[in-house]
Amino acid sequence: MNKMSTAHKSYPEALRPVGELIEGKQTYESITDSITSVVLERPNPPGWMLMFVIGGMFTCIYGMSLVYLFAAGTGIWGITMPVAWGWAIINFVWWIGIGHAGTLISAILLLLRQDWRNAINRFAEAMTIFAVACAGQFPLIHMGRLWVGFFILPYPNTMGLWPQFRSPLLWDVFAISTYGSVSLLFWYLGLIPDFASLRDRAKNRFAQLAYGTVALGWRGSARHWFRYEMASLLLAGLCTPLVVSVHSIVSFDFAVANLPGWHATIFPPYFVAGAIYAGFAMVLTLALPIRSWYNLKHIITARHIDLMAKITLATSMIVVYGYAAEAFFAWYSGSEMERTMMWNRIFGDYAPAYWALILCNFVAPQFLWIKWFRTNVYGLFLICQFVNVGMWLERYVIVVTSLTKDFLPSSWGTYHGTFWDWMTYLGTIGFFCFLMALFVRFVPMIAIHEVRVTHHKMTGEHH
Amino acid sequence: MAQVFPPGANWLAKWSILFAILGVTLVVGVASAVYWSPVVTQVGVHKKQPVPFSHQRHVQGNGLDCRYCHTSVETSPFAGIPATETCMTCHSQVLAGQEMFNPVKESWDSGQPMEWTRVNDLPDFVYFNHSIHVNKGVGCSTCHGRVDEMRLTYKAETLHMGWCLRCHEAPEKFIRPKDQVFNMAWEPPSDQLEQGRKLVQEYNVEVGQLLNCSICHR
Repeated sequence: MNKMSTAHKSYPEALRPVGELIEGKQTYESITDSITSVVLERPNPPGWMLMFVIGGMFTCIYGMSLVYLFAAGTGIWGITMPVAWGWAIINFVWWIGIGHAGTLISAILLLLRQDWRNAINRFAEAMTIFAVACAGQFPLIHMGRLWVGFFILPYPNTMGLWPQFRSPLLWDVFAISTYGSVSLLFWYLGLIPDFASLRDRAKNRFAQLAYGTVALGWRGSARHWFRYEMASLLLAGLCTPLVVSVHSIVSFDFAVANLPGWHATIFPPYFVAGAIYAGFAMVLTLALPIRSWYNLKHIITARHIDLMAKITLATSMIVVYGYAAEAFFAWYSGSEMERTMMWNRIFGDYAPAYWALILCNFVAPQFLWIKWFRTNVYGLFLICQFVNVGMWLERYVIVVTSLTKDFLPSSWGTYHGTFWDWMTYLGTIGFFCFLMALFVRFVPMIAIHEVRVTHHKMTGEHH
Repeated sequence: MAQVFPPGANWLAKWSILFAILGVTLVVGVASAVYWSPVVTQVGVHKKQPVPFSHQRHVQGNGLDCRYCHTSVETSPFAGIPATETCMTCHSQVLAGQEMFNPVKESWDSGQPMEWTRVNDLPDFVYFNHSIHVNKGVGCSTCHGRVDEMRLTYKAETLHMGWCLRCHEAPEKFIRPKDQVFNMAWEPPSDQLEQGRKLVQEYNVEVGQLLNCSICHR
């Protein structure tokens, strides 16, 4: 027991890992029980009800804003000249970024044999899929004409036209659809053995049939497990480059354009780091309350929370480096346009947004150096909210400050989101919460077999 | 515990993958086949007209030139639909008493123009101009087919944008000498590409411009 924590003696006291990967005296049985009972037996806790109802309400609001949008057109939003890209792309980038932590946890940490991922990967992958589902809607709805949405796909059409293959907006289509489908496959693959556990434990005939169908006849034979491990390794291999490539391509939406403030080589790495940063904050935002509602603190332990907080801190430093690099580039370029843009960003009309962003993404995460903030759930939850807001502001600042003041002073303008911008954005957050609520209610939110592997490694217990 | 599914379910699970692939292929295949078929494109489909007008009778039979009726084709975007007066130059005598000719007679009596059904109808966001095509060596039959052989008039081509672009990308494949524009029986010569390139030069067809969006969508 406890081989894992002794290896970290050389760390400074403040950064030494806390706790264990599985707390308390557990058996294989008790681990499976505590996860499957959430779905099969336990009543819905009040927190879950709240998430479900409020999420559902905002999903309805989202539906209404979409109906209004399709009826009236994008004029209900704040977009105008010169800011033709408004909240739709801000929200798109925000959501797609959030998804990245899930893929990092499920793929890269699997390849790196980080056992602590086992307790949170299912959860984080679900978050990825739902975040991609929210993100993917913005490219479609931002046209205001959903019925021509298929124009973004290259297919042999009667017009003899293809999308512009040199445009990053088309690369986005491929990046996001690849990302969405590979993530979904990976997630589902991991779920198969756990669905089989649910099938075997379900008392109710309907649940047996439903979980039995999605378990695809899993019997847990050695051959099944061999194939499962191989498939999961292959998918992890496929997902790994996606962690880096998807958000790089999203950053090209900006970096390929030659607008001051967008045309910078730092964009891809800085966006990828920001994505992982935002994603870990969102995993924590969801994991902290949900593990407490369902008493899963012995599986998602203080150790996991602490490690995730540390990744959030590390990626925040990369993001802040990105901000510094942007400012440096603006000065070093010697271009009057770039310098004016940066001056405007920091001291101009949108300075409050910029400084709020610095507060959220630079100042707030610094508290994570302190152990208390990494272990106190309330403190950490608060910091994560700063990060969630900060990462939205980051995209807001990038989009709005560059577009409102571009090369031609005669076309300078201002931009603000309208009521319907807010409703669409909050609507997708509600939709996300709604999907998350359904997920924790109907799907094992922690990978049962993988936590049992961790248990085996820690205790050496045999069946 | 008892098994949830009978053994046959394994068969179903495996084959469902194939079924899914076949199903998607079938749906996409059928949808695109319908989309390209005359049901949607209306190629070769007669439209109901007030009078069963035969181009074959008038062009092949009587030897009328296209411009006898479509008077503005060389000078205007719109080729022109003949006024009832044009019909009456002959039909004040020919067929005058026949029942099928009644709508023209009524139009003549009332002064209310005939309402023909458009056969070749482009969407309103396309600015098509007949005169530029006719004056640069694009023949009637290139787009409208052998109208001189049509007993009832139908669309000869899809008028899809992709179809327009075949010529806008490479006009030398279709262009003909100006004096052949109204010759319905014209066939491209064996050295069409070579001849076509010469004509493109001679008629100052600016090929580089032909693919600009705003050439047709303003």
